[in-house]
Amino acid sequence: MALKVLSIGLVAGLFSAVFGVGGGIVIVPLLILLLGFQSRAAAATSIAAIGITALAGTILYAFEGHVDVAHAALVGLPAAVGAVVGTGAQQRVSGRALTLAFAGLLAALAVWLLVA
Amino acid sequence: MSATTVLFAVSLGFAAGVLAGFFGVGGGILFVPTLVALGLTQLEAEATSLLAILPTVAAGTWRQRHYGNVHWRTALTLGVTSIAGAAAGVQIATALPEDVLRRLFAVLLLCVAAQLAWRSRRASPYPSEP
Repeated sequence: MALKVLSIGLVAGLFSAVFGVGGGIVIVPLLILLLGFQSRAAAATSIAAIGITALAGTILYAFEGHVDVAHAALVGLPAAVGAVVGTGAQQRVSGRALTLAFAGLLAALAVWLLVA
Repeated sequence: MSATTVLFAVSLGFAAGVLAGFFGVGGGILFVPTLVALGLTQLEAEATSLLAILPTVAAGTWRQRHYGNVHWRTALTLGVTSIAGAAAGVQIATALPEDVLRRLFAVLLLCVAAQLAWRSRRASPYPSEP
């Protein structure tokens, strides 16, 4: 269990750096498929983990002067409201529907990566 | 910045947040193109997206804690090991051709999507779920 969690974290970080996608895209399906998480718990645990990774990344980029705080607030603050709406909506769908929706998200992302 | 631009940014920010909260992701997938459209360079957009992700996932985590869905120890381990993985990933990204990596990743995503769909199709392994 512990070793699997470590591997998922490493793979998520690796993929986000190599492919420029967020860690959540990798963490959520691996928690479901490898650790048997229910989809809601996988999403909740993923979003908490991303906070730690994003904080480290922000500090790193801030030192190099690439972070634009005003623009971050412009999209990030409405996004915080959106996240409350999104997590609320998630509680009202079944675990199966959420897993299927996530599969759809991954497939859409794959198509976008192939054509872009 | 015009009112239309602000409305555009706020709307896409909100949409990114809904997506992030619903799927348990950061929202960077929408933040980065939005910030590029607002005039930031790719590097600035990626760096700024990370800061925008913070209030997003803080709000999402706060709600998920309320719903009792967060596995804290797993989240902590994942977050910390992701940082190490990202450091290694930066080295690999500079060493390999990008289009090959993208296609490889796309195929991998399709496989995972199919496996998730297959799992959700089967008789539910979680009797407690609705």
